[in-house]
Amino acid sequence: MSVTGASARTAVLSKIRQALQATGSDSARRAAVAERIASPPAPLVPERAQRPREASRALFRTFLEGQSATVVEVGSAAEVPAAIGRYLRSTNMPLRVRVGGDGYLAALPWSTEPALERLDGPAEGEDAVGLSHAAAAVAETGTLVLASGADNPVTLGYLPETHVVVVEEKDLAGGYEGAWEKIRARFGRRGMPRTVNFISGPSRTADIGGELVMGAHGPRRLCVILVRDAGV
Amino acid sequence: MISSSPDFKENVAAALHDPQLQRALAGVAPGLAARRAAARSGLPEFEALRERGREIKNHTLAHLDAYLEEYERKVTELGGVVHYAATAQDARDAILRICRDAGARLVTKGKSMISEEIGLNHHLEQAGLEVVETDLGEYIIQLRGETPSHIIAPAIHLTQDQVEADFRKVHTKLPAGRMLTEPAQLVAEARQILREKFLAADVGITGANFLIAETGTSVIVTNEGNGDLTQSLPRVHIVIASIEKMVPTLEDVSTLVRLLARSATGQEISTYTTFSSGPRRAGDPDGPQAYHVVILDNGRSDLLATDFREVLRCIRCGACMNHCPVYQSIGGHAYGWVYPGPIGAVLTPALIGVRGSADLPNASTFCGRCEQVCPMKIPLPGLMRAWREKDFDAGGTPLLYRAGLAAWAFFARRPRLYNLAARLGIPLLHLASRRGALHHLPVARGWTKYRDLPAPQGRTFQALWADTEAGVPR
Repeated sequence: MSVTGASARTAVLSKIRQALQATGSDSARRAAVAERIASPPAPLVPERAQRPREASRALFRTFLEGQSATVVEVGSAAEVPAAIGRYLRSTNMPLRVRVGGDGYLAALPWSTEPALERLDGPAEGEDAVGLSHAAAAVAETGTLVLASGADNPVTLGYLPETHVVVVEEKDLAGGYEGAWEKIRARFGRRGMPRTVNFISGPSRTADIGGELVMGAHGPRRLCVILVRDAGV
Repeated sequence: MISSSPDFKENVAAALHDPQLQRALAGVAPGLAARRAAARSGLPEFEALRERGREIKNHTLAHLDAYLEEYERKVTELGGVVHYAATAQDARDAILRICRDAGARLVTKGKSMISEEIGLNHHLEQAGLEVVETDLGEYIIQLRGETPSHIIAPAIHLTQDQVEADFRKVHTKLPAGRMLTEPAQLVAEARQILREKFLAADVGITGANFLIAETGTSVIVTNEGNGDLTQSLPRVHIVIASIEKMVPTLEDVSTLVRLLARSATGQEISTYTTFSSGPRRAGDPDGPQAYHVVILDNGRSDLLATDFREVLRCIRCGACMNHCPVYQSIGGHAYGWVYPGPIGAVLTPALIGVRGSADLPNASTFCGRCEQVCPMKIPLPGLMRAWREKDFDAGGTPLLYRAGLAAWAFFARRPRLYNLAARLGIPLLHLASRRGALHHLPVARGWTKYRDLPAPQGRTFQALWADTEAGVPR
């Protein structure tokens, strides 16, 4: 006979309290927890996550390329559609991308790349290319930070064989903490979208004989288009 | 999972004489150790981060009940459901009930050691569900009816040829003449087969590397992206996690993420780190409609009141096994239960009892590398020693061993006698030796069967020590 529901909850929590020699009404301990969540102690942020802008961008690029991603830098948002077109042609991919309702992506001058077809909505099994707009990015490990939603459906980054992600330089943080600041600014303190995806390269596995193979289940290719800030 | 830890010695003998296993082991683990060393030297703050990680986990464990309640409150607020399970049976039942309520037939699974611990697959299959492991290594061992032999590289004990043979045996709908000689071809085939499962699944089950109290978030870390497809495509996402996965905030999880992949595979970060908070939101076009978290105790709360609390800091990176000379000689299966290597040697007696698993903490050279590399600074050799003592106190140590210890203790408590015996023993053992080595020792046949024991020679340690203290040059 298994114990479930409210009685299981009570059983587990009271066993923990007993082991910790705490009582349920121990308000000092609860206050400590509330305080730690409300204002966490300053984390140890590595030096490499605190470098100036130029160095930070170089680090971001170096790590991503080291993790088998392609990084394309463009001077302005207006150049993004052509850059996507060039990348897809260079990899022999169809000029058809699946994309969500992201406002930034929708406002790009797609007429500059008329051959590129855009399909709206979450990814389906047959989609070859998914296009996302990163909520943030992290230089310290070459990591993209995606926030799920109608703007950027989570499946775009996992079902298609190729994932193209547009990152604005203003959203590039040195370390993870900087990316969380951006997420908190958008979703509120203690708020999160359904999923936040840290993506640091194409899908891979080393489960067969320890040999690294790309494209285990997710994308075989990851292309990051970094849009430089104007006037920088 | 049923334990074969009582048969440890037989398991070890079999493992040492298994040429396939020895070939597979030689290939992978040493590379992981070298990659960790490179990643560590690439981040000067690594040692300081280990100390931070240790503090984070110690703080959280000391306030675990309050953090669990806070976490539960946030998950509930987001529309998720938290289920507590005191035992493996409770967790299995809770998960089966969720699957049944969802009318599920096909369940996909991300990698989860907890699910191995509670024997989840067997339970769901008995109830008529199809359960498909989606981590490639887990998928391969599921085909073979085996269990993981490493916590992050579950099929580390297999060679590429074995995988090819398994795929040919099981994937019978594919042409028999297909090429499967390259790892890339094998991966592509598994991708094709598993893609259909991802798209058809009703329920996706994942583990959790961390649970975040601040935001009610579960975190999974993968390189394949299988966990993301497992949790994003089906109607229902079930997370199974043990109580000690809790961390307070996003800042804390960032510190632990900086340690995890570097310790595990030597990567700067795993390819995918995914933070999930509740079911899909209004307006979301994808993601699960229901989100459940099953929080498992299964004996862990008992450890909180003991010296073994430290083992609950473990973030399951596998560094201890990648650096363990014993693990690298015998592989993971010989340990006989879910968690192999040094962490398994400490955790297994804690979770299933020391009486059936006392060989595990005894199977250590105490070289100390596991503690040196553990990102959470768990004193693994010290805890193994503690289990040896408990086993001894409980009468588990074999008679001959106890007699040997008693004899040694008799002399050790009588320094003069000890000295005399040592001085007499050296020439006697030397006489019994051939060319300075002992080939046979009646009380240590286990040793001399495999290697010679160097015969003692010269003067005793005490005599040399006394000279050094007195300033006599050697």
